[in-house]
Formats: sequence, structure tokens, C-alpha cells
Amino acid sequence: MSLWSLIFTNLRRHRVRTAIGATGIALGVATMLSVVGLLGGAVKMFERILRNDAEMVVFEKNVSDLFFSNVPSLIVDELEQQAFVKEAQPVLFAIVTAPGRPVVTCFGIRAEDGRLKKAEWLSGSVDGFQGTDVVLGERAADFLEAKAGDTVELGQGKHLVAGVVRMENGFENGGVFMPLAACQHAFHKEGFSSVVTVALADGSDSAEVKDWIAREHPKMTALENEEFSRSYSQFKILKTTAWVVGGCAFLLGGLSVTNTMILSVFSRIKEIAIARVCGFSRTQVAGMIFGESIAVCAFGILGGWLLSMGGLHLLRSIPQLQGYIEPNVGWQELSGAAALAVATALIGALYPAWYAARLNPAQALRFE
Amino acid sequence: MVEIKDVWKSFDRGRIEVLKGVDLQVRRGETVALCGTSGCGKSTLLNVIAGLEDPDRGSVRTAGRTIGGERERVDLLRHDVGFVFQLHHLMPDLTLEENCLVPVIAAGGKRADALARLAELAEATGIAGQLKQRVRELSGGERQRGALVRSLMNEPSLLLGDEPTGALDEANRERVFAMLLDLVRAKGRTLVMATHDLELAMRCDRVIRMRDGRIISDAA
Repeated sequence: MSLWSLIFTNLRRHRVRTAIGATGIALGVATMLSVVGLLGGAVKMFERILRNDAEMVVFEKNVSDLFFSNVPSLIVDELEQQAFVKEAQPVLFAIVTAPGRPVVTCFGIRAEDGRLKKAEWLSGSVDGFQGTDVVLGERAADFLEAKAGDTVELGQGKHLVAGVVRMENGFENGGVFMPLAACQHAFHKEGFSSVVTVALADGSDSAEVKDWIAREHPKMTALENEEFSRSYSQFKILKTTAWVVGGCAFLLGGLSVTNTMILSVFSRIKEIAIARVCGFSRTQVAGMIFGESIAVCAFGILGGWLLSMGGLHLLRSIPQLQGYIEPNVGWQELSGAAALAVATALIGALYPAWYAARLNPAQALRFE
Repeated sequence: MVEIKDVWKSFDRGRIEVLKGVDLQVRRGETVALCGTSGCGKSTLLNVIAGLEDPDRGSVRTAGRTIGGERERVDLLRHDVGFVFQLHHLMPDLTLEENCLVPVIAAGGKRADALARLAELAEATGIAGQLKQRVRELSGGERQRGALVRSLMNEPSLLLGDEPTGALDEANRERVFAMLLDLVRAKGRTLVMATHDLELAMRCDRVIRMRDGRIISDAA
């Protein structure tokens, strides 16, 4: 018999109340893990699009969105001539419409881009990737109901489908790959790309690229992939949104814990008084209330984790979302959500614990 | 064991005066009955002795301790004072054994020692067979004997009783009170007990009568 067995006995005898408290926390944890996981997954997918076997990204300085970035093509040529660069690949991001599809992501790339080289070709081949012909991701081929040799309507033009590729990344799998020149023409961006991905030559340092860009093209910036992920405002917004939405869910969870613990204290005022008469200190009484709150929280974390895993698994199994839902729920996300849950539980138990610890046992024993 | 000098206590911001200049000395090993009508201040006096209520004025010294704050109050209740109430106030969802171990948890005592002591006390009070039962499964007399055992688990030198047999029927009242006196006297403990029952009070070493917050008589 210990303080913890007292705590668990009390939780056990008020199962419904305990379950309600734990459910509040579980919903908070599940919401946070789902939102953070989904958005984190989306960010990771976008990072992979940019990375493409390269260590660095060059883009226009001070743009809020890479869709608005314009990197002159001559930078690609110049970069490829530098000894510290192994490969430089321009990518032009664009959004096109297709019949029945208001938004289709379009990637303007060169035929030698690693994306196409590494892709699993379901039909056609990279040899056909020229002129205004396009290669469709598998999902895009599905919703455009097109196969190699068909013509698809994209934006203002019609394009022959040179092939269909299966990509791991949902954005790419649901996108259209267009030869860079055709893409630049279609979107009136002749001579520009959105970004240039840079693979460093063996033994070279990213600082060399940064210095070169700063010196030769001061309106551009070069960042390592990790630096880019940390500093890109869209990623920051997405990540912050995820944690704020999750935090709001926790606020509600916290209220549920507070409510549970207040009920728990008020329904056994005499018991708390007796515990005090038996020698429990105020700290022990408060510890008992905090302990109950932490235990409720632990059930909630477990429940929330299972709930979020189940929910995300369900989302992943929906054919229309395959490739788009790549939740990124690792230990970092789980421990972040757990830490928030514990903080919520402790804050939620503050008032009940304070109330219980301050109870005057003599008066509480007269309480009806 | 108990030294109380000119203790005053009021409630409701001084509007209700419950103790009015009480002086009391109880020696170690004495059994004392506090008698008087409801509202005369018996329970409040017991609470003041146990440190559960702070007096407005006057000094209180219990088991050699002056209650100055939370630390002294907790130490007193953990080591020197046991309290039995009219209602058993056991936790209904715990077994009798678990209830009796609550003071041991509070004091951080050793489980093995506590279980040995519990076995001894349970044997003496006739509830050894009920220790594993939940409180709600026990009779009124068994519950009150359980509460008595709980109050003695940390081997206090002073036992306070607030109408400890007041809620029991005739047979149980006699049985529980006899046990209480035996357990107190066997170990040389001190007992201060509030009671309406003059018959029980007369079996104590001293009978103190209270009226309107004052001690009006103190007889051996």
C-alpha cells in the first residue's frame, strides 16, 4: 500500500470520471499528433521534392513562397562550371488546371533530373520527355484518366503523355512533369526556374556555394537543406499552425482534467480531511491530486497515441489520399505531445490540488 | 501530555465563540472524558488539542509539542496523536487493511512493521478476519473497530475520541469502548474523549464537564 495505490484506487472507483478526464487528454494528444504528423509529413514530402539527391537549394532572396522565386537560368550554367558543384538542377514549380481538377502541381524539370531517372516507369520512357510532352505521376494519370500516348489538357495547352511514373512522394505522384523549357513558356517564365538544387562535388563545402552566390548573385540565396527547412517561412507557418491547433486541443483537454480533478476533490472532502488527520501533509495531499492527474494524463497519452495512429492509418488507407498522407510521428512529436499533456495535467490539477491541500480537516469533517 | 492555557476559539469571524478561556492539563496515561451538551465546545477542544484548529488566543502544548505551523501539526498527527470519530470515516473502496495503512503511508513507515502491528491490533479488536474485506462489506461495529485500529497504527501516545461510540448500538458501544480502554491502558496511553454518555464517561479517570465553551467541573 503506497500513495500510488491510493491514487489508482480512487481512479478505479470513479471509472467514468477517470475515463472522461483521460478522453479529454487523449483527444488533445490525438489532435496534436495527427495535425503535427500530417503537416510534418507534408513538410518532409516537400523537402524531399527540393532535395532530390542535392545538399543545397538556391532561390530568390526574401520571397515568401518558392512559387514566387525566380532564379535566372544562367546561374545553373555558371554553377555547373564551378569545381565545388557536382550537379545543378533547375526546378520550376507551377500550378495548372485540368478538366475537373482545378489544381495540379506541375514540375518543370530537365530530362536528366534525378526524379525521372530514379522513378519507376509504368509506361513510356525518359526519352519521350521532350518538346511539350509531359510525364504524369501515377495518381495524376488516374485522375486525368490518361496513359502514355494520350493527349491531356493542361491549362491553355494540350500535351502528349510521354509516360507514367510511380513516385514515392504523393505530391510528385499526383503531379505533372513538363520539360523545363515548355514549362517556362507555358507559365511565361522564360529563362527562370523557381529553385536550383545543388549537389556538391566530393570534398566541397556548402560555404563555397554560399560565398559564390553571395558574391556573384546577391539577389539570390543558397541554403543547405536543413537550413532551408528551418528558415522557410511556409514550413514555419505550417509547423507553428500544427502546434497551435494541437495546443488549443490541449486547452480543452486541460479543462476536462481540471473538471475531473475538481469533482474528485469535492466528492471526497471528508476522505481528504481524514487523510490529513492521519498525518498526511499538505504536500502529500497535493501530491495525491497531482498523481491522479498524471495517471489520468498517462492513460490519455496512451489513448491519444493509439487514436492518432489508428486515424492516420485509416487516412493512409484511403486510395485518394495515398502518397499525400505520410505522417511523420516520431519520438520527437510523441514526446512533445506527451510533455504538453503532462503540463496540461499539472496545470489542470493546480487549483484542485491547492484547494485540497488548503482544506481545514476539522471543518471538512463537518462538511455535508 | 496536554497543557492548555486560556484557550479561546471562535468561528464566523468572531461571531460564534466556542471556547472561552479553557485551561486544561492532562497527565500521561490518564483517561479523560469531556462531557456536555451539543455545541458546548467538546469537539473544538479536541481539534485544538490535535492541532486541527488553531486557537484565537492562549497556548496549547500536546505531547510536548507546541503547534506553530504545518510541520509541527503533521509531526504531531503522524507520531503522537490518534483520532477516532463518531463516524468511522473509513474509505469505502479500500479494504480494512488498506484503510489501516493510511497513517503508515503518511508517516512513511515500513510496511512489514506496519503489517505486524496491524495483525496484533486486529487480533485484539476481533477484526483479523475482516482485514481483506472492503469497508462497505463490514458491519457498523467492525467499521468502528477498524477506525480504532487505524488511529493506533502509528502507536500514538495520545488518543483523542470524538464520540467514538456515539453511532453504535448498545452491544457494540460496550464492546468498542471496552477495547478502546484496554488498548489505551495496556500501553500507558492517554485518552481524551468527548462523549454524551455519562455511563462511559464514569469509567474514565477524570470527567470534565463543559458548558458554553467553558470547563465547569473537573472530577476524578
